[in-house]
Amino acid sequence: MSITPAKIAIQDVYFTYGDGAEALRDISLDIYEKEIFVLFGPSRSGKTTLLRLLNRLSDLFEDATVRGTILFDGQDIFDYRVNVAGLRRRISMVFAVPTPLPGSIRDNLTYGLRMAGIRNERVLRERVERSLQQAALWNEVKDRLDKSAFALSGGQQQRLCLARSLALEPDVIVLDNPTSGLDPLSTESVEESLQDLKQRYTIIIVPHSVQQGSRIADRAAFLLDGELIEVGKATQIFVEPQDQRTEDYITGRFG
Amino acid sequence: MKRQQANKLAVGIISAVAALVVIPIMLVIVFIIVRGISAISWEFLTAAPRQGMTEGGIMPAILGTVILTFGTFIACIPLAIGAAIYLAEYAGDNRLTHWVRLAIVNLAGIPSIVYGLFGLGAFVLFLGLGTSIIAGSLTLGIMTLPVVISTAEEAILAVPQRFRTVSLSLGATRWQTIRHQVLPQALPGIITGVILGLSRAAGETAPILFTVAAFYLPQLPHSMLDQTMALPYHLYVISTQVPGMPLSIQYGTALVLLLIVLSLTLVATIVRTSMRRRREW
Repeated sequence: MSITPAKIAIQDVYFTYGDGAEALRDISLDIYEKEIFVLFGPSRSGKTTLLRLLNRLSDLFEDATVRGTILFDGQDIFDYRVNVAGLRRRISMVFAVPTPLPGSIRDNLTYGLRMAGIRNERVLRERVERSLQQAALWNEVKDRLDKSAFALSGGQQQRLCLARSLALEPDVIVLDNPTSGLDPLSTESVEESLQDLKQRYTIIIVPHSVQQGSRIADRAAFLLDGELIEVGKATQIFVEPQDQRTEDYITGRFG
Repeated sequence: MKRQQANKLAVGIISAVAALVVIPIMLVIVFIIVRGISAISWEFLTAAPRQGMTEGGIMPAILGTVILTFGTFIACIPLAIGAAIYLAEYAGDNRLTHWVRLAIVNLAGIPSIVYGLFGLGAFVLFLGLGTSIIAGSLTLGIMTLPVVISTAEEAILAVPQRFRTVSLSLGATRWQTIRHQVLPQALPGIITGVILGLSRAAGETAPILFTVAAFYLPQLPHSMLDQTMALPYHLYVISTQVPGMPLSIQYGTALVLLLIVLSLTLVATIVRTSMRRRREW
């Protein structure tokens, strides 16, 4: 078996909030390139905290303490020389609640690029169209790109947020329960988009449910109370979990 | 007593209290309009005072107030908005910011005459600016700082956190997030605070008493180092210092000052409601 270098290597990570609450305890796991990696567990198990560490949105919690190392393409993301804005363009995040920024659909899609200093109209126009097509939204909004993003339905807004991340052409897309507020049809179209996106991007996702996780995952990790219980291939972890707690959770005995 | 009756009684009392607040304001406005409207004429608004200020107009005082309000804007607003951004977005919660906030609250409570004395000591004498527009503007500016800082900080804090988080997650820097998301959304509240602060500065007498206001100065100021007349001080002078002053000129001057201040307040209200209506979320 050849050893593939991890796209993201999380090593012995602890995270403690300012009030002393320990959200993550001794987490170590590898995420490989161009896979869908599912992070699941009951609420308050530390999934969102872990996601926010990856692009250092955790910096917003100024009183929190982080220990351990996270390597992204072999580079420590907590190194003081890291350009945090640049890191967030390469590891782009989609949130649970669709959050368009005030302004038009086009403004939303070009925001990250403009902040990165890209002003070229042709590049911006290309990225808008390509990202909307990747997020399966192009046909619905191509005639109203300059209308307010808030006029879209919830499902459309969430795909817009996905497209907004894709417009940055990141390496990794991090999705925190992106289908929480969506109806089954919108959920299905987001899940289908993810399968296409896997060709180009590494995808890390907190699923809406264990079922959704098992539908889309290549590999998965089960978190419980801030601890990593089990990590492995989806075919194994959702079918024959090694740990009793994982089995209890996926068979619905708690959580 | 039945609940409906109690409810009616409560609503009645609260309405009466609200009316009690409105009635004195309306009375003051109506009273001044009735007594002062006869003095208002083209000459009154565009000519300098004559005959020991008992005839002619009040143009130098109107212009002086406009200049001082503008000077206050320059002296106060950049500093106030900068301070508000710092407090709301960067400062966090520590001992230093605790003291800064306490200082701002206390500045807001200082009587305006104390600002006047401070302006005399600090700007007129210590900095050697003399009684001048620049000394008066600085004094008014410092007096206006706390109210603008507080309202601007509130407006900035009222911008939902999720827009900051999303902006940062898309690779915007902290300053870009403030510049492109926070400030545009906080702008209606900031503008309201600025205009209300300026309208208060426009109507103040005590801070300009020793720092800029001229008793009688028919010609217009030539530079920022000149004295100028100003409406509030002019009103004070003609009400108390000049014997044989026609009442209509006093009330006419009061009416002009009132209209300037009220129109600023009105502009603030219009700006706020129209920008709130355009908000998308």
